[in-house]
Amino acid sequence: MSTLAHDHDHAPSGIKRWIFSTNHKDIGTLYLIFALTMFFVGGAMAMIIRAELFQPGLQFVDPQFYNSMVTVHALIMIFGAVMPAGVGLANWMIPLMIGAPDMALPRMNNMSFWILPFGFALLISTLFMEGGGPAGGWTMYPPLVLQTGQAFPFLIFAIHFLGISSIMGAINIIATVFNMRAPGMSLMQMPLFVWTWVITSFLLIASLPVLAGAVTMLLTDKYFGTSFFDAAGGGDPVMFQHIFWFFGHPEVYILALPAFGIISQVIPAFARKPLFGYASMVYATASIAILSFVVWAHHMFTVGMPLKGELFFMYATMLIAVPTGVKVFNWMATMWRGSMTFETPMLFAIAFVILFTIGGFSGLMLGMTPVDFQYHDTYFVVAHFHYVLLTGAIFALMSAAYYWLPKWTGYMYDEKLGKIHFWLSTISANVLFFPQHFLGLAGMPRRIPDYNIQFADFNMVSSIGGFAYGLSQLLFVYIVIKCALGGKKAKDRVWEGAKGLEWYVPSPAPHHTFETPPKLTKEMLEH
Amino acid sequence: MNFSTTLDTITQASGHTSKITKGNKKLKTLFSKLIAAFILFPLTVFAEWGLNMTQGVTQISQRVYDLHMVTLWVVTVIGVVVFGIMFWSIIHHRKSKGVKAAKFSHSTTVEIIWTAIPLAIIIALAVPATKLLIDMEDTSGSQITVKATGYQWKWKYDYLDEDLTIYSVLDSKSTEVSQLKSGLNPMESENYLLDVDEPIVLPTNTKIRILTTAQDVIHAWWVPDLGWKRDAIPGFINDNWAVIDKPGTYRGQCAEICGKGHGYMPIVVKAVPMDEYKMWVAEKKQAAEDMKNTADMVLTMEELMTKGEAVYKAQCLACHQANGQGVPGVFPALAGSAIAIEPANRLGHIHRIIYGKNLMPAFGEQLSDVDIAAVTTYERNAWGNDTGDIVQAKEVSEARDKK
Repeated sequence: MSTLAHDHDHAPSGIKRWIFSTNHKDIGTLYLIFALTMFFVGGAMAMIIRAELFQPGLQFVDPQFYNSMVTVHALIMIFGAVMPAGVGLANWMIPLMIGAPDMALPRMNNMSFWILPFGFALLISTLFMEGGGPAGGWTMYPPLVLQTGQAFPFLIFAIHFLGISSIMGAINIIATVFNMRAPGMSLMQMPLFVWTWVITSFLLIASLPVLAGAVTMLLTDKYFGTSFFDAAGGGDPVMFQHIFWFFGHPEVYILALPAFGIISQVIPAFARKPLFGYASMVYATASIAILSFVVWAHHMFTVGMPLKGELFFMYATMLIAVPTGVKVFNWMATMWRGSMTFETPMLFAIAFVILFTIGGFSGLMLGMTPVDFQYHDTYFVVAHFHYVLLTGAIFALMSAAYYWLPKWTGYMYDEKLGKIHFWLSTISANVLFFPQHFLGLAGMPRRIPDYNIQFADFNMVSSIGGFAYGLSQLLFVYIVIKCALGGKKAKDRVWEGAKGLEWYVPSPAPHHTFETPPKLTKEMLEH
Repeated sequence: MNFSTTLDTITQASGHTSKITKGNKKLKTLFSKLIAAFILFPLTVFAEWGLNMTQGVTQISQRVYDLHMVTLWVVTVIGVVVFGIMFWSIIHHRKSKGVKAAKFSHSTTVEIIWTAIPLAIIIALAVPATKLLIDMEDTSGSQITVKATGYQWKWKYDYLDEDLTIYSVLDSKSTEVSQLKSGLNPMESENYLLDVDEPIVLPTNTKIRILTTAQDVIHAWWVPDLGWKRDAIPGFINDNWAVIDKPGTYRGQCAEICGKGHGYMPIVVKAVPMDEYKMWVAEKKQAAEDMKNTADMVLTMEELMTKGEAVYKAQCLACHQANGQGVPGVFPALAGSAIAIEPANRLGHIHRIIYGKNLMPAFGEQLSDVDIAAVTTYERNAWGNDTGDIVQAKEVSEARDKK
């Protein structure tokens, strides 16, 4: 990339280019590569989990290590894979989509990325410590989490690091979008991906400090004699859950909203038709974000809240189905009477709409308090959040990767292999997670390393799906590397129906773009 | 019935089992399961797989099931309609069929309709949910009260009206089979990980108030047939209730991650008619009385070791492991450990079992003098500790007074 004629800077080359980079494209690439790496680290842990659950009895790992796999798998996938992948896309695409030369705060951008490898080095190092890694679940409920051995302070500081990194990323996105849009682009003319990221950034800034506060209170409870969460000292272990989920529920949308944004870019492009209900999409996203702050206790219906509290959180939770429904209907209406083609990004986007909606259905069921008393903490919940996060968030990220890969590399990826990757992923992910609904309904609790024989058959099916899904993702790496190395040259407007400013710059996008703001035409502002 | 047994029957019928070695058999079981999973899948009767939520044995659990089914059908119908329209569009509105894209991008009427319809559906679901929730939270008018206390990793039940306490621990068969690489086949025991040494007995057709709390970390008490689960939180008490309609044995598990033994603290409820329940209570109270007076029992070394091993398996093995090596950094080893071999630590050893320390719970209340004597003797002589020490119940009884 640095040899292109467009490249006017004298940035360091080799490894220094990446360590000192302040370029949004380089940093975006770093984020994306980091996220993909973490996807495989967290995925390897999932493989250990599925291997142990393949049959009843303990075959491979002891229960303590199993619990730490469950815990660290979640932390890595949430904070290491999905979030950095989203930030990577934001870094790469937001300046291109709003016609800005770079992010508003490039040095901070560099720092917010480079904190991540250190944060995860801290977290992963705990697995090799005496007493093992954190094993109380990613939700870190006290008093259990306070039984963690040497790993405990490392866990807390790792979370502080990841939080700082995300907050800086969020500040950067807000500053960029509000200050650096090309002249003539109003907020309501921005591509929806940009909109979802602005709203996500506000969620990050509002919710991550709450998590930082909660884990710091854990730290002082363990080492400095406070009793925030210890009933014996006048504290309340349930208070941690309230604080945690006040962060945790917006976090769910931090993972999901950028995915909504991606889908809202991809579907119009391949339907060759404008996005249906742009304004209502923006308002629905904002409503979901606001509602996400008043539904947190649905994660903890079984702690024994007052009846009125349970009713409030049930109603608020069920209400989220309305704006989410609006989004799904809008995507459908965008496809309706379009002129559709089904390249890999579109396939992933359609699978997202269907499978995320299935996750939404089980979400509605879980939101109903009296029945949640049965579903809570079973495999039904595991199935639910993997439908919204794996076949939801990660499928959207895959869609985005295929959609913009030609813009990033300048070459077309192998469409045939992409489609094979799609079908393998979709089939195996459903073999993996659909049976888990049945397991949960039949009474299998989550986070157990071994189970009664009545759960044996579905667990085996699920594990087979898991291994297949894991292996299929290796194909994705091959496709990405193959595409980066060469292939058919990509056009500037890679996809016939693609809308937005990013398609007005060459493929691959040169190191510096929009150094002078683009003169916007009506056509450039379509979505 | 599961696949491997199905396939075993098939292979047996064709006379293939006679020359199979042990290693082969394991591989064969695995292989047969894989094949079975693929080939027999469509032929299997789904009911045998445990597909759906239980209807349970209380009116509440039945209502929970009904609401679950209603919601499931509602979302299924929505799914069929929505995905149906989408697939119709996917099939017909494609470029390869020469379709030219329409230009429309909004319609206020349509948008109002598809905001209003979901809202109406949600309200229709919220009404029965609210009624059910109000009934579930109403614990008034209960006839007996049982308090369930979660421990790492067992349940203690206090029958508050009867002055009766029961400890309920995973059964020893499951404990043995569930050890890492135990080589024992869980498929051979039907209630694997769902059985306890002491089930609790509850009367049928009686409003039972069930309180949940915990000693150390958060647990959750869950018997699916009763229709709910509730967290057991240290320092707090939650109340719940159930009226069990049908006599029978109902099994459940801890549902909140509580550490290493989370998968190993099941709950077993035996529901019986009221008079049978009363007999059971009387029996248990007598047994508890007998347990209090074990201080004078004198056993031989052999008897102590046998009894001690049984107690160890039930109470200590989960943390200190079968080989007494513990888990480095989490649970200390007993094999070769100063507390279990040095003569000077003999009293300290007994006190540790009675009073506990840090993560180790106090067993003084739960175990009789003779049980503690036996397990102390066992720990001082097993795994090469070989101290030759014999601890009798009297010593334990005196140790209780010394602190």
